[in-house]
Amino acid sequence: MSLAIQSPEQTITIANLNKSYDQAVKGELHYILKDVNITIKGGEFFVLLGPSGCGKSTLLNMIAGFVSKTEGQLKVGKHEVHKPGQDRAVVFQQADASLFPWLNVRENVEFGLKMKKISKAKRQEISSHYIELVGLNGHEKKFPRELSGGMKQRVQLARVLANDSSILLMDEPFGALDAMTRRTMQKELSHIWRKTGKTVIFVTHDIQEAVLLGQRIGIMSRGPNSKVTDIYDVPFQYPRDPGQQEFIKLEKTIQAHFDHEYTI
Amino acid sequence: MKILKNKWISNVLLWIMVIAVWQIGAVIYGPDVIPGPLATLKSAGELIADGSLLHYIGISFYRVFVGWVLGSSIAIPLGLLIGRVTIVRIFAEPFLNFIRFIPPIAFITLFLVWFGIGEQSKIALILYATLFIVIMNTLTGVLAVEEDKIRAARSLGASEWQILVHIVIPATVPYMFTGVRLAMGTSYMAIIGAEMIAANEGLGYLIWNSRLFFRTDWIFVGLISLGLIGFFTDRLVGLLGRRVLYRYGIVSSEPIRR
Repeated sequence: MSLAIQSPEQTITIANLNKSYDQAVKGELHYILKDVNITIKGGEFFVLLGPSGCGKSTLLNMIAGFVSKTEGQLKVGKHEVHKPGQDRAVVFQQADASLFPWLNVRENVEFGLKMKKISKAKRQEISSHYIELVGLNGHEKKFPRELSGGMKQRVQLARVLANDSSILLMDEPFGALDAMTRRTMQKELSHIWRKTGKTVIFVTHDIQEAVLLGQRIGIMSRGPNSKVTDIYDVPFQYPRDPGQQEFIKLEKTIQAHFDHEYTI
Repeated sequence: MKILKNKWISNVLLWIMVIAVWQIGAVIYGPDVIPGPLATLKSAGELIADGSLLHYIGISFYRVFVGWVLGSSIAIPLGLLIGRVTIVRIFAEPFLNFIRFIPPIAFITLFLVWFGIGEQSKIALILYATLFIVIMNTLTGVLAVEEDKIRAARSLGASEWQILVHIVIPATVPYMFTGVRLAMGTSYMAIIGAEMIAANEGLGYLIWNSRLFFRTDWIFVGLISLGLIGFFTDRLVGLLGRRVLYRYGIVSSEPIRR
């Protein structure tokens, strides 16, 4: 069991980062994100945990390069983030909106490789590997509409893994799945992360999911002006058992954190 | 009543009823006002025998087909351009929303002046009838492409051109298809109007010219022929779409209702 290969050039540095959507309005800006500070090391599994509407998806979209920052610093390695790049891959919450329904499973997985004009034989080799890794072998010829919700998320996962980005940005990828499928997907994602050594930033509002998956959990406060208020280390070994005492204790600590915030 | 759910039985029943009502009408009002089914069939036989009916159907279909293909092949790239380039859309949209309310037939005199009384003016009219419907549908399709798809493609390394070719166009195919299918219907309406006003052949000419001889039976033959070729071309386009474009999400072969 390897803890990911840590490469300093993939460190994600976020310092004094602000985001406001009303740039055009004069006077005081209304911030969604205000003064966000985090450093995420290469190979780390980092969870962003917060209530709905706190801006965690916005933050993820900014790291992805889809949404521009207003002020502050946002760097991957030494480079300021301006636009999407192949070092960062995104797994979206809504598989139906992000998969390409006119392509079958294999063609979806090979999309990034095809854009790079990699030969068909090589594409097949790579896609077969990742289709196998996410457990979709035998389904290569199926179209997304013929797959279940969990299988669609597997396709998304294989698609970004095949493209060989070092950073995976995941926006509540299991939020729409039933509880049993979600548990399976969590286990497999954790396994794949340990096997591939990717950096993962995982957005969720599920405390148990956060403790199950993350090495560190960044807690986001409610918006507006939300930021990462606390960071919890999760020192437990993988694979983790949600029934363990320390696990439950940490869950309760984090829950208490939110309860406290909401009673104010 | 369960038996009526069988498509074949209900369809046959429907047509028996239509023909019965038609026959009753013919008996009540007389053959000059409403020629009965048999009289119409007999006239159709005459028109087929002297070759004019098939020739008229052919010429009308040819005009519609050429104008429709030309119009669609101009409209699809234009719709993509207008949908994809914001600055073009800002200028094009008000114009589109103005001109799409002018029915093709209103242009017939102008088109005769501009393109002459030959085939060109009719084809230009069909082209016009097709153009805006297909542009509007393609444009709507482009604007409906989910942002997540474009974002996913971009972060997977697709260039702007690749996004257009590999994401926007395939995602818009169902809309383009709806557009060309609707345009087919509008094209038939336009061609009949044009042939009534300015033509020496075609189904519109047949329907209009029959009044000179008070041959209401010929008018009936013309109307039924129109219904039939419209029905079959729509079915054909639907079938083709389902076969060729299945992966783009075109699954229905039912005619589009307006």
